[in-house]
Amino acid sequence: MTSSDLAIILPEIFLALYAMVALLVAVWTGKDKVASLLTWISAAVLIATALWIMLSGGETRVAFSGMFVDDQFARFAKVTLLMASGIVLLLSEGFFARRDALVFEFPVLIVLSTIGMMVMISAGDLIALYMGLELQSLSLYVLASIRRDSLRSTEAGLKYFILGALSSGLLLYGASLTYGYAGSTNFGEIFAAATDGHVGFGLLLGLTFMISGLAFKVSAVPFHMWTPDVYEGAPTPITAFFASAPKMAAMAMFARAMHDAFGNAVADWQQIVALMALLSMYLGAVAGIGQRDIKRLMAYSSISHMGFALVGLAAGTEQGVTSMLIYMAIYVTMNIGTFAFILSMEREGQHITSIDSLNMLSKKEPVKALAMLILLFSLAGVPPLVGFFGKFAVLMAALDAGLVWLAVLGAIASVISAFYYLRIVYYMYFGSDQVEQIDGTMSPIQWTVLMASAAIMVLGVINLFGVDGFAANAAASLVIN
Amino acid sequence: MQNLISIIIFLPLIAALILALFLRGEDEAAQRNAKWLALIATTATLFISLFLLFGFDASNTDFQFVEDREWLLGMKYKMGVDGISILFVMLTTFLMPLTIAACWNVTDRVKEYMIAFLVLETLMLGVFTALDLVLFYLFFEAGLIPMFLIIGIWGGKERIYAAFKFFLYTFLGSLLMLVAMIAMYVDAGTTDIPTLMNHTFAAESFPVLGIQVVGGMQTLLFLAFFASFAVKMPMWPVHTWLPDAHVQAPTAGSVILAAVLLKMGGYGFLRFSLPMFPIGSEVMSTFVLWISAIAIVYASLVAMAQEDMKKLIAYSSVAHMGYVTMGIFTVNQQGLDGAIFQMISHGFVSAALFLVVGVVYDRMHTRDIAAYGGLAVRMPVYALIFMLFTMANVGLPGTSGFVGEFLTLMAIFQVNTWVALVATSGVIFSACYGLWLYRRVMLGQLIKESLKSIKDMDKREKAIFAPLVAMTLLLGVYPALVTDIIGPSVEALIGHYEVALNDYAPAAELASAGDH
Repeated sequence: MTSSDLAIILPEIFLALYAMVALLVAVWTGKDKVASLLTWISAAVLIATALWIMLSGGETRVAFSGMFVDDQFARFAKVTLLMASGIVLLLSEGFFARRDALVFEFPVLIVLSTIGMMVMISAGDLIALYMGLELQSLSLYVLASIRRDSLRSTEAGLKYFILGALSSGLLLYGASLTYGYAGSTNFGEIFAAATDGHVGFGLLLGLTFMISGLAFKVSAVPFHMWTPDVYEGAPTPITAFFASAPKMAAMAMFARAMHDAFGNAVADWQQIVALMALLSMYLGAVAGIGQRDIKRLMAYSSISHMGFALVGLAAGTEQGVTSMLIYMAIYVTMNIGTFAFILSMEREGQHITSIDSLNMLSKKEPVKALAMLILLFSLAGVPPLVGFFGKFAVLMAALDAGLVWLAVLGAIASVISAFYYLRIVYYMYFGSDQVEQIDGTMSPIQWTVLMASAAIMVLGVINLFGVDGFAANAAASLVIN
Repeated sequence: MQNLISIIIFLPLIAALILALFLRGEDEAAQRNAKWLALIATTATLFISLFLLFGFDASNTDFQFVEDREWLLGMKYKMGVDGISILFVMLTTFLMPLTIAACWNVTDRVKEYMIAFLVLETLMLGVFTALDLVLFYLFFEAGLIPMFLIIGIWGGKERIYAAFKFFLYTFLGSLLMLVAMIAMYVDAGTTDIPTLMNHTFAAESFPVLGIQVVGGMQTLLFLAFFASFAVKMPMWPVHTWLPDAHVQAPTAGSVILAAVLLKMGGYGFLRFSLPMFPIGSEVMSTFVLWISAIAIVYASLVAMAQEDMKKLIAYSSVAHMGYVTMGIFTVNQQGLDGAIFQMISHGFVSAALFLVVGVVYDRMHTRDIAAYGGLAVRMPVYALIFMLFTMANVGLPGTSGFVGEFLTLMAIFQVNTWVALVATSGVIFSACYGLWLYRRVMLGQLIKESLKSIKDMDKREKAIFAPLVAMTLLLGVYPALVTDIIGPSVEALIGHYEVALNDYAPAAELASAGDH
C-alpha cells in the first residue's frame, strides 16, 4: 500500500531529495561559487523530470486515500510547468551571473516552489492543496526579495508576502467552512455533498472564500493588486518565472478544486468565475495602456491573459478545461519567449525595462525585432499566430456553454489589449532614432529561446504540435460527466 | 492538378521566405535582387493562376479545384474556388506584379517591403479561396499585420495614427465576426463553408434586452459579420479609417488596399451573409440599401471638398463601394452581377488612380491638389492616362466603370425606387469631383515654377499602366468576359436565397419588418 503510494509520488520525492541534497552540497562546499553549476544541474533535473512524467503511464492513479491524484490533467500541467521552470533557470543564469548576483539559493528555491506546484496540482484534498500552495508561495516570497540589497526587490517581496498571507488566510477560512459543512476535506466527499446541483449556504460561503484565495494566486481581478508591483520590483528572471510556471500551476489548481470538489455545483461558481474573467480581461487591457515599463506592462498583460483562461474555466465543461489548458500552454510559451528578450534588454551594462528603449530596434536587430513582432502579435491574439488559437478555444468553450455575453465582451477586450502590444511594435518598427536604444547582446540561450518561441508561434498553425489532443485527454480525466 | 490552389497561394510566401533567409545586406545590388525576386514570384503566380482561370468550368456552380485536408481542433484545410471567388483571385494575382513594379523606386528597407507584399499576397489569395470558416478568418485577419507594417513603416507623416486606426478598427469588427463564427460552429457542428451554406440557422424571433429581434439568430449573426465586412468595405459611417490609411500608405500600399483589401468585405457578403443568413439579410436589406445610398452621396460630396489627391480618391472609393453593397443587397441577378463587376472594375480603376497620383508624387513629393496645375502641357501621355481613368471612375460608357454602376442602379430600381433616386444622383457628383480634380491638376496654364521641369512618364510607368488601360477598356466594351464566369454561380446563389425565404414560415412578419 505505502510502497505503491510512494511510487505514485516518485517524481515529487525525487525533486525534493534533489533540492535538499543540492542545498547541503552548496552550503558545505563553495556556496555561491557553485551556484552557476547548480543552476545548470537544476534546470537539467527539472527538464528531465518533465520528460519522465511525459513518458509515464496514462491512467489515473490515486495515492494516500485520495490525498494525491496523478491523472492526465496533473501530468499535462506538471510537464508544462517543469519545462517552464527549467527554461527560466537556463535564461536566468547568465543574467544573475553577469551582475554577480547569482546565489545558490536561487535554483534551490525554484526547485522547491516547483515541487509545491506539483503537489497542489495533484491535490485531492484540501490539506494537500494547502500544503502544496504554501510550499510554493513561501519559496516565491523569498524569490521576489532575493536581491536583498535592492530596495525594490525587498519591497516587492514584502508586498507579496503580506498580500499572499492574506489570501492564504482567505483560502484557509474557506477550506474550514467547506470542511465544516461538507464533513470532509476530501474532494470526492465534498463533491458528493452537493447532490442536486447546488451547494448549501454554508458550503457556498466556503466556496466563495476559497475562490477568493485561488483568484489571488492566478492574479485575477479583484485580487490582482500585487501583480504589477511584484512584477516590476522583483529581479527580471524572477518576474519571468512568476509569469510562467506559477500561473500554470495556479490555474490548474483552480480547475481541479472547482471540478473535483465542486463539480456538482457548476452553476454556483460559474458566475463568480465568469465575472472575475470579465473584470480581469478589461482591467488588464485598459490599465496596461498607460504603462511605460515593459515588466509592468507584462503584469497587466498577464492579468488580461488570466482573464481569458478563466473564460475557459467559467464554461464549466470538459471543453472549457481543454481550452483553458491549451490557452495556458500557449501563454506560457509566449511569455517565456518574451521574457527571454526582456532579460537581454540593457544599455551600457545596465538592465533597463522602459519601452522607449526599444525605439527602432528593427533597424539594428532585424531578426530579434521580427521574433518579438511575432510574439507580440501572438500575445494580442492575431491569427495566424498560435496565440489566436488559445483565444479561439476559450471563446468556443464559452459560447458552447451559453456564455454569449462573456464571449462577445472578451472579444472586445482583446482589441483593447491589442493596443499596447501594437505600441511596442510601433516603437520597434516606426519609432524615432533619436531616443537612446538598448545595446546589449543576447546570450546564445536567450537567443535560442526567443527564436524557438517565435518559431512555435508561427509553425504551430499547422497542428499546434498536438497540444490540443493532450489537453483534451487531460480535461477528460479531470471532469466527471 | 490537385494542389493548384495551394501552389498559387503559397508561392509568394515561399519567395518571401527565400528573401528573408538568404538575402543579406542593404546595398543597391541586394535591393535590386529583392525587387526582381518579388517581381518574378508575383508574375509566376499570375501565370500559374491562369491555369485556374482556363481550367475553370463556369457552368458548374459547385466549388472547383477543391483541396481538403485535416487540420487542428476539428477544422479543415479546405480550399476551392467558384464563380464568385475566382475573379477575385485573378484580380489579386494580376495586380501584384504591377504593385511590385510600382515600388521600384523605394530605397528604404526594400527587403522587408517586398516580404510584406509577398506575405500579403498569400493572405489575400487565402481569403478568397478558403472554404473553412476559421481558415478564412485566419487569412482575413492575418492580412492586417503586413498592412499595418506597410502603412506604419513606409507611410507618410501621420502614418502611426493611420496604422493604429486601421488595425484597431478592423480588428474590432473581425473579432465580433469570430464570435459569430464560433456560434455558427456550435450550432451547425462544422466549420465547412459549403456545408454551412446549406445549413439553416434558426430564424425565430426572440427578445434581446427587451428588443424583439426579427429573424432571431440569423439577424444577430448577420450583424456580427456585418460589423466586420462593413468596416472592411468600408461603408458609411465606419469608413473613417480609410482616408487616413490611404493618405498615409505608400503608393503600392494604397493600390493593394483599394484594389484588393476592400473587396474582401464585398466578397464576405456574397460568401457568408447572403447564403448563410438569408433571413437576416432580408431583414436588414432595407437598412443596408439606405446606408449604401447615403454612402454614395455623402462620400461624393466629401470628396469634392478634399485638398489632397489621395484623400479624394479614397472618398471616391467609399462611394463606389456604396454601389457594391447596394447591388449585393438587392439580391437579384443584375444587382449581384453589377456588384461583382463593380468590384473587379474598381480594382483596376482605383489601383490605376492611386498609381496616377503616385507618378506625380514621386516627382514633386506632394499630393496637394493646389500644388499642381497645367500638367497636361508637359506630360501629354500622363494626361491621357489620367483622363481615361478619371472617366472610368466617373462611369463613362465604354469603360468598365459604367457597367457596374449601370447594373447596380438598374437592380436597385426594381427593388426600391427611392434608394435608386438618391444613388443615381451620386453619378453626377462623381463626375463633379472627378472632372474638377482633373481640371485643377492637369488643365490650365503651367504657371508654377516647380512644375516647369517635370518629366512625362518613363517606360516603366507606361508599362505598369498598359495592362490596366487594356483591362479597363476591354471590360468596358465586352463585360460578358466577367458576367459569363460569375453568372451561373450568382444565379445559384439567388435561387438558394429565394428558396430559403420561401421556406421561412413567418414570411408575413418579415414583409412587415422590411417596410419600415
